[in-house]
Amino acid sequence: MATAAVTTERENYLNAEYGIKSWLLTTDHKRIALLYLISITFFFFVGGFFALLIRLELLTPAGDLVLADTYNKLFTMHGQVMVFFFLIPSIPATLGNFLVPMMVGAKDLAFPRINLLSWYLYIAGGLLMLLCILTGGVDTGWTFYTPFSTGFSNTNVTEAGLAIFINGFSSILTGLNFVVTIHRMRAPGMTWSRMPLFLWSTYATSIIFLLGTPVIAITLLLVVMERAFGLGIFDPTRGGDPVLFQHLFWFYSHPAVYIMILPAMGVVSEIIPCFSRKRVFGYKAVAMSSIAIAVFGFLVWAHHMFVAGISLYAALVFSILSYLVALPSAVKVFNWTATMYKGSISFSTPMLYALGFIGLFTIGGLTGLFLACLGIDVHVHDTYFVIAHFHYIMVGGALMGYLGGLHFWWPKITGRMYPEAWGRLSAMIVFIGFNLTFFPQFILGYLGMPRRYWQYPPEFQVLNVFSTAGASILAVGYLLPMVYLLWSLRYGKLAGDNPWGASGLEWTTQSPPTTFNFDETPEVTWEAYDYEHIPLPMEVTLER
Amino acid sequence: MSDSPLLVEHPEHDNPALLHHFATPEQQRNTASLGMWLFLATEVMFFGGMFCAYLVYRYWYYNEFAAGSRSLDIWLGTINTVVLICSSLTVALGVKAAQLGKRKQLVGLLLATLVFGVAFLGIKGIEWYQKYEEHHIPGHSFDVSDIIQNYPQIHIDPSHSQIYFSLYFAMTGLHALHMIVGIGIFAFLTYYSWKGKYGPEYYTPIENGGLYWHFVDIIWIYLFPLLYLIDRKPLR
Amino acid sequence: MSAHVISTKLYVTIWIALMCLTVITAGVAFIDLGPFNTIVALSIATFKAVLVVLIFMHVKYTSERLTKTVVISAIFFLFLLLGLSMADYTTRLLG
Repeated sequence: MATAAVTTERENYLNAEYGIKSWLLTTDHKRIALLYLISITFFFFVGGFFALLIRLELLTPAGDLVLADTYNKLFTMHGQVMVFFFLIPSIPATLGNFLVPMMVGAKDLAFPRINLLSWYLYIAGGLLMLLCILTGGVDTGWTFYTPFSTGFSNTNVTEAGLAIFINGFSSILTGLNFVVTIHRMRAPGMTWSRMPLFLWSTYATSIIFLLGTPVIAITLLLVVMERAFGLGIFDPTRGGDPVLFQHLFWFYSHPAVYIMILPAMGVVSEIIPCFSRKRVFGYKAVAMSSIAIAVFGFLVWAHHMFVAGISLYAALVFSILSYLVALPSAVKVFNWTATMYKGSISFSTPMLYALGFIGLFTIGGLTGLFLACLGIDVHVHDTYFVIAHFHYIMVGGALMGYLGGLHFWWPKITGRMYPEAWGRLSAMIVFIGFNLTFFPQFILGYLGMPRRYWQYPPEFQVLNVFSTAGASILAVGYLLPMVYLLWSLRYGKLAGDNPWGASGLEWTTQSPPTTFNFDETPEVTWEAYDYEHIPLPMEVTLER
Repeated sequence: MSDSPLLVEHPEHDNPALLHHFATPEQQRNTASLGMWLFLATEVMFFGGMFCAYLVYRYWYYNEFAAGSRSLDIWLGTINTVVLICSSLTVALGVKAAQLGKRKQLVGLLLATLVFGVAFLGIKGIEWYQKYEEHHIPGHSFDVSDIIQNYPQIHIDPSHSQIYFSLYFAMTGLHALHMIVGIGIFAFLTYYSWKGKYGPEYYTPIENGGLYWHFVDIIWIYLFPLLYLIDRKPLR
Repeated sequence: MSAHVISTKLYVTIWIALMCLTVITAGVAFIDLGPFNTIVALSIATFKAVLVVLIFMHVKYTSERLTKTVVISAIFFLFLLLGLSMADYTTRLLG
């Protein structure tokens, strides 16, 4: 087969049709996934550019690289681009789009045309965001806090709000598509208890998309209307309550953290059993903990507002509820660890990312408990401690999961292997660079360095230099995969249908898959992660 | 690869309405229906943000909300509720006509729905115009001195009144926007019903359009008491 | 394809009920019931909404448990938003 494939490439979704139109008007979930992959990578580098400038400014205690106003815009747009245009669509819209139909054994998502519409909405929102950036940017912080955003800021708040509003509908439609697909399009025999854990976490994520995103949409619409018509809903001088904005904003934006982390957890749940050659430990517990995280995520939002003037009693309740999220998160971490116990572990690139995820997510999660605690939160609120905490979750967690998943399914997506040595190297660089960037920020925050300031007292400089140095290492770690993954498209060795000896329906079909994924509708008769009965491919066995 | 999956035959592909990735028309119908219900769930949360703002400010500024509510025209409000309920009946009967394959009846009922929908928007427009003439629209010319004069027995803060009217316009405006979208959808459905596209075998668009219309009706069922009927009892 | 077809008579009955409830709720608002004015108005609205959901939107007749689950969870999460927000607003002055 291998020799035949070199001469005449098998028909697949990539070569089924040619031309720009066949991409821009496609309804194939796999092509749409690639469209997303390209567009979110673009926005990742836009957001990364702002991060670079932020870190450069903070290299020295004086505010010498950019003006204070410019700095305000830099961290605002870094946050908005990264959160709304990279992290939230990252795993769901790329890997999710590609894998959900294949994992359930379907030909496509339930609503292929709506799926394409989601991408166009994302692009429309993204273009508006770019326009907003190029015409001067926003300076409210990514959180749009009122009354500054509604009454005082004279930057492009309206455009940014509308961009995120439009992008929200892209999320909602993607989530809707996933939930319906998982309910309605499963192949015969694909029962709920046989579903890969990636599907469970995508399902949980989609619930948040569906129930949370509309709330931020209406909230941002109110901000835009308040700016346009002077409604006064969030204006304290006219009886409005700015804290109401925070309630509505965090009702979505706290669960949005789980939109970022849950799919990454799903990816890790796929990678760990595969590279440990073991059935996942406690399948049901891991599956249910995804749903639990999604639901608990809606009960804790006011822990972002402990010092904003909410009632002490409400703060107590929200503090206790916040601890609840630790339970399902711990269930996952312990089960992954138990899965590896006595497994036959190989440290391939995806596994390195997954292990990095577990470590970094654990640090991010545990420091989250500090912040959920009322007394400590008063001390570290709005300091670099918070910044470090959520970067450990969003970058250390979500982004590591995304890169791990991208490497894991790269052979399926493109039909080619990436260079393994380069993969392992860049995984290590990312891990080291990440920790060097963000661990000093925990200390900085604990010592009292506030976030969002463009200058700081000289005694904080050493730690800030560490952080900036780490950021440049991290940048190398992100650029390397860009290079070798693109290289592998042409020069990578052919992957074969199942290079990892992985379980899951997506590995039973050819790489890259055909337009309709399966030659005939598969029938599932086995449990997920049945690694005791899946033989390793010959070359993998030899490599070990 | 002679047996390309593109050529895999679908046993039921003689049905033109069946899309390629579904096995049976029933699967396709259930899928569309679930999609619509999930969409309505997101709509609940979309309006939910506004209901939350409403609840908070009604709790804080009850007097201003009550006085603002009295300034609305309860007759027009009630008539509009009646109009929407009638339109819901015609939609429900329309779905039934589609189920039974009665094309002319279906077109007639959809047209009636459109008439009710436009009537609702017309009446809403009259109400908004009245508010415009009374200077009750939030903004620079906002003025509630007439309301303050009418109710000397309760203390009314004009800026809190403005919050009531802001929410009134935001909520009814968003609802009206949904009505406009609904009218667009129903115009489309009427055209294709007239063309005979829907029948007992395939009426999913009618059914889902109907679900949307009923949902918009339910939002109004709540907006009516929340905005018009806060406090109508005689003042002492 | 065996979708449930509901009789025209039932639809019309529900329509009449909705019309009557509309008139009642508008009328009752003019009678002083103290705090019960709001409770009555919202109860009637909820009753009307339930009639529309169950009959006009066919939820009563669907064999699908999923539709009911979607409806109930939407309402549940709406109340979560309203309830937990109000937990803040109603207790602010206490502490």
